[in-house]
Amino acid sequence: MHNSILIKNGHIIDPSQGIDSIGDILIEDRKIKEVRLQPNKRQGEVKVKGQIINADGLYVFPGIVDMHAHLREPGFEYKETIKTGTMAALKGGITSVCCMPNTNPVNDNRTVTEFILKKAYAEGSCYVYPIGAITKGQKGEELAEMGLMYEAGCIAFSDDGRPVVSTLLMRRALEYSKALNVPIISHCEDISLSDSGTMNEGSLSTKMGLKGITYAAEDIMVARDIILSELTGGKLHIAHVSTEGSVRLIREAKKRGINVTAETCPHYFTITEDAVANYNTNAKVNPPLRTQRDIEAIKEGLKDGTIDVIATDHAPHHGDEKLQEFDKAPSGISGFETAFSLSLKLVHDGVLSISQLIEKMSYTPARILGINAGTLKVGSQADLTIVDMNKEFKVEATKFLSKGKNTPFEGWILKGTSVMTICRGKVFDCQSFIGG
Amino acid sequence: MKDLVGIKELSKDKIKLILDTASSFKDVLKRDIKKVPALRGKTVVNLFFEPSTRTKTSFELAEKRLSMDVLNFSVPTSSVVKGESLFDTIKTIEAYGVDFIVIRHSSSGAPHFIARNVDASVINAGDGINEHPTQALLDAFSILERKGSLKGLNIAIVGDILHSRVAKSNIYLLSKFGANIRLIGPPTLVPEMTDYHIDVFYEMDEGLKDADVIMMLRIQMERQGKGFFPSTLEYFKNWGLDMRRLKLAKKDAIVMHPGPMNRGIEISSDVADSEQSIILEQVTNGLAVRMAVMYLLKKESENA
Ligand SMILES: [Zn+2]
Repeated sequence: MHNSILIKNGHIIDPSQGIDSIGDILIEDRKIKEVRLQPNKRQGEVKVKGQIINADGLYVFPGIVDMHAHLREPGFEYKETIKTGTMAALKGGITSVCCMPNTNPVNDNRTVTEFILKKAYAEGSCYVYPIGAITKGQKGEELAEMGLMYEAGCIAFSDDGRPVVSTLLMRRALEYSKALNVPIISHCEDISLSDSGTMNEGSLSTKMGLKGITYAAEDIMVARDIILSELTGGKLHIAHVSTEGSVRLIREAKKRGINVTAETCPHYFTITEDAVANYNTNAKVNPPLRTQRDIEAIKEGLKDGTIDVIATDHAPHHGDEKLQEFDKAPSGISGFETAFSLSLKLVHDGVLSISQLIEKMSYTPARILGINAGTLKVGSQADLTIVDMNKEFKVEATKFLSKGKNTPFEGWILKGTSVMTICRGKVFDCQSFIGG
Repeated sequence: MKDLVGIKELSKDKIKLILDTASSFKDVLKRDIKKVPALRGKTVVNLFFEPSTRTKTSFELAEKRLSMDVLNFSVPTSSVVKGESLFDTIKTIEAYGVDFIVIRHSSSGAPHFIARNVDASVINAGDGINEHPTQALLDAFSILERKGSLKGLNIAIVGDILHSRVAKSNIYLLSKFGANIRLIGPPTLVPEMTDYHIDVFYEMDEGLKDADVIMMLRIQMERQGKGFFPSTLEYFKNWGLDMRRLKLAKKDAIVMHPGPMNRGIEISSDVADSEQSIILEQVTNGLAVRMAVMYLLKKESENA
């Protein structure tokens, strides 16, 4: 018996099997060998020769599947690499990262896909699933070779960072992707309406003298894509939902049986546009941070199942890029290392049960993407994270493993964090990096 | 107070102090020798990333009247066009040991960004579509000279409010002093400002009724063709100030304009040159106000 790990007495939550109970998990050869829940204890102690982890008082969850992240490699290694990004992911409890194609070159062909996968295999700490571009060069002119990229390992397609402006092309993407049965992930923004705005449009943008982006820029595109999804039957996934209107439109679409799923990110239910006051470029994101009303709607959408997934939209940038005039600074938050703890607040505040939260962060994204993750079923990959729900820690960007130190949550005290993440058969001690 | 980045951040008391001080500097400007040694030995750099002959001249003259050493940083020939970041540019300038940085920049918040990163006093000479604080101060000074008080005055601000930093700074200042502010313009150019007590009029005749002050704004000609309004002809017809409309305001209403004017587009020539126009007084007052601002920033940073 080699390479075995026993996690003892953890509070196991696995929504894929409806497990919410104290128990032990035995891992052998990187796979879940046995899950033994407490009422069955009389079966006797599990005996192992390998490593034993005492999870008394801790929770054990399937590893987080982050379906929206930017690893920046190839092309922007000064912002992040697959190596640094996946380390940061593990620290945040994430064992599978889906990376957006806006690299340089763009991941719009199988060569780039293969490069990412090889690099991830050689240098990555967790699993990496590339998302291919919908259109060549993300230019919105011609479909990229989705079939070949799918064969090479892409699990979804997106021009994230920009919308597919042409309605005809978006229709074709949704139609064409049906052959592969993979989702088209849509960055919903009517760019003729957002018109190079840099924050949410409203009284605050006027007061700050910044050009705003109206909520309608998102809502209009969500509406268009829902209509196209209905027309084509293609699998539509709406990325980073930030508005009340989007939530309402998606809710209605689901009620009518349209093939649409949606995600949001921790910053969209945690902070409002007020975070950019004083021209704080670390709070500049796209779509922009909105209002309290939008936050409430997003929470409601998470609660009633309208929003299926919580993703990080991890978007690391170099410090020099954020140290600029607000309108010139790039958008994005370095999210891997705070996303889970920020999301736990939904549990602490009674918005979601812990099971619902884990489902939205692991099982559901895996299911939408058709990847083998997000579960603790016997025989599946042993990707999991061990969490101390009560451990408080202070967010300090300088301690991030990600190269991106761009966070609006600097100095926040968060409650609950991964203390250990197991992925690819390796045990990663998150605490040694938190200084706890 | 180290910097003057906006009116938003400025207390009522500070504004009063600046206006009072400007009064004494205005007396200086009436003398034969208009120069005072108040800031001798201090160095100021004028950093104009956007062209502006008027504001730049006004600042430069104010600086010279205060006996400062003046550096003009001319952007087109500088390293900025070669891709140097604003951060590096200001760090370089700071290394020269300057005391004041006067900045105009097309990005809103650029002066705030600089103020956070240097020890020198930063004065905002206009940032993006955000603020132009010294203009609002000189406007208030000019109104006070004519009207004695701001409280309760009906002040109509007319035109492209959305893109006007002059309008924004004026709204913040005048609302601190209890003026009744009315915004008049096409709906495409009047932004959402729900935090302030403001009346919005899309119809000029209605908005001008009983106005004590009419502040005309410059129509930026490059906005035409961008869909904010269909033509300058239609604009003047609906929101231009001519003699007939001026009569709708109070008899002793004053007309202001930050300049440069587009005669026949936002304002007719006979109004611009009328008895009620105080446009040239605004220019003179700008000098006194800018002297006051720099004088007070220096004094306060030395007391700190
Ligand atoms: Zn996006």
